[in-house]
Amino acid sequence: MKARPPHNIYLDYAATTPVDPRVVRAMLPYFSEKFGNTMSLHSFGQEAKQALEESREVVADLMGAKNSEIIFTSSATESNNLALKGVAFANKKKGKHIIISSIEHSCIMECSKWLEKEGFEITRLPVDEYGLVNLGDLKRAIKKDTILVSLIHASNEIGTIQPIEEIGKIVRSQKPKAKSQIYFHTDTAQTLGKIPIDVNRMNVDLLTASSHKMYGPKGAACLFIREGTKIEPLLHGGGHEAGLRSSTVNVAAIVGFAQACKLCKKEMGEEANRLTKLRDKLIKEVLEKIPNSYLNGHLKMRLPNNTNFSFSFVEGESIIIQLDLLGIAASTGSACATAKLEPSHVLLAIGLKPERAHGSLRLTLGRWTKKSEINYLLKVLPEIIKKLRKISPFKK
Amino acid sequence: MPIYSKEIIKHFKKPQNVGKIRGASGTGEAGNLLCGDVMKLYLKVGRNKRGEDIVKDIRFETLGCIVAIANTSLLTILVKGKKIKDALKVKKEGLIKKLGQPLPPFKIHCSVLAIDALKEAIYDYFSKNKMEIPEELEKDHQRITETRQKIEKRYKKFQALEKEILSNR
Repeated sequence: MKARPPHNIYLDYAATTPVDPRVVRAMLPYFSEKFGNTMSLHSFGQEAKQALEESREVVADLMGAKNSEIIFTSSATESNNLALKGVAFANKKKGKHIIISSIEHSCIMECSKWLEKEGFEITRLPVDEYGLVNLGDLKRAIKKDTILVSLIHASNEIGTIQPIEEIGKIVRSQKPKAKSQIYFHTDTAQTLGKIPIDVNRMNVDLLTASSHKMYGPKGAACLFIREGTKIEPLLHGGGHEAGLRSSTVNVAAIVGFAQACKLCKKEMGEEANRLTKLRDKLIKEVLEKIPNSYLNGHLKMRLPNNTNFSFSFVEGESIIIQLDLLGIAASTGSACATAKLEPSHVLLAIGLKPERAHGSLRLTLGRWTKKSEINYLLKVLPEIIKKLRKISPFKK
Repeated sequence: MPIYSKEIIKHFKKPQNVGKIRGASGTGEAGNLLCGDVMKLYLKVGRNKRGEDIVKDIRFETLGCIVAIANTSLLTILVKGKKIKDALKVKKEGLIKKLGQPLPPFKIHCSVLAIDALKEAIYDYFSKNKMEIPEELEKDHQRITETRQKIEKRYKKFQALEKEILSNR
């Protein structure tokens, strides 16, 4: 049997979160008792349908949307695919130009590559050293045939939050110049439930959100689609979700997603304050205690739960495994840690030399992160970096 | 199943023969184009009773991942005390087998890094002493040098990109 590590500290909440026990409780009846198919006409079906529509209302409420504007999907990746491909194909007669940033999640990056092969033109906006898109760059990139702008709300890697409201205003105001309406999409997988979100204040036409990043189950996500938006479905079939996403509805997961939204709405403010304090303590002390360490991302315009560091002269996967041996879970943008063997495109886009991307460490906090856990990490991390530097050819 | 075997974790936790050798008979450096890891190896050559060249001491430094560290630690143990010509025969398959568990496919290249650095150190020793260099080693040397130059070029490209991003602001 595997020896138990001395601790059990999860600092990878940006990868996924545990399901809150209160969410599990809400889901349980929907497996064996209220198991109906939402498309069935009998009472079992009606019960499931009712749960689905009540869930839709809760999710819509958290982002200030109308119920009918929420389409449930299986993952943020699916939502992002639907947003990009769906809008691209529904509007290709008006134009074939799409704008994204160079620090999008890999599903947007890969989607855009595929759309390029299908004849669409993609502009990837650069970001500054903090990961922020330049608003002037965005204005200049908009053309007559631009149909869609898609920007991630907060980076899953470095936690930088884009000024989405201002960006939304710019996209709206550019419309008269462009031949047709430009849609604006944002991916809030890392932000919904963590910071306030309002689709109207943010001027977005499409918005992606995910359940398993906010203490709900995996297998549920949604795409907000503003009324009147022209979009094609990816999945054709029984006509579920207003014909935009055919597939038997995963009611239990969606009920869980909604319960997670309810809890976040109630607890978000206090939780964000608590995590921001812990985050700032972590940042301050890591930079103080470890020489040649750097913070990646913006100091202020940053997710309350995200930290991302680079340590010169060491490799990230080695840090991760050393931490794991002590029972601490974290993640890295090092090339060594991925099957693609490429350093994180986000870290390269903010201008990190590959050797600094190589020694990166992401620590993301969440609902069950305690101060004592941060203190334990702060005790062991300097030792780990010191040990790895001892065997590095670059620095003693 | 954990990603890495007990053997890998053992070497990773306590890597053997880490460090430099002052006045080394040969030093070798290898880099990996795929991931950007760097390996430096130091060699002290001695003689056995029959007067043949042997690896008297060997040390390494690396900016590398867990597999690179574990592999090099294992390699140094394997070749220490061996004849130079036998040290040249170590293959990545042999190393991987000794690590006890199949590596994920994208991690195989990490085992080559240690072997390449060893070859370069032996090449350095041969050239310093104006000894005859086996044809295969000569070929390996060319390949390793090319790889290293490509990495340096790539790093320069990234640095240029960095400058461009900074000047755009």
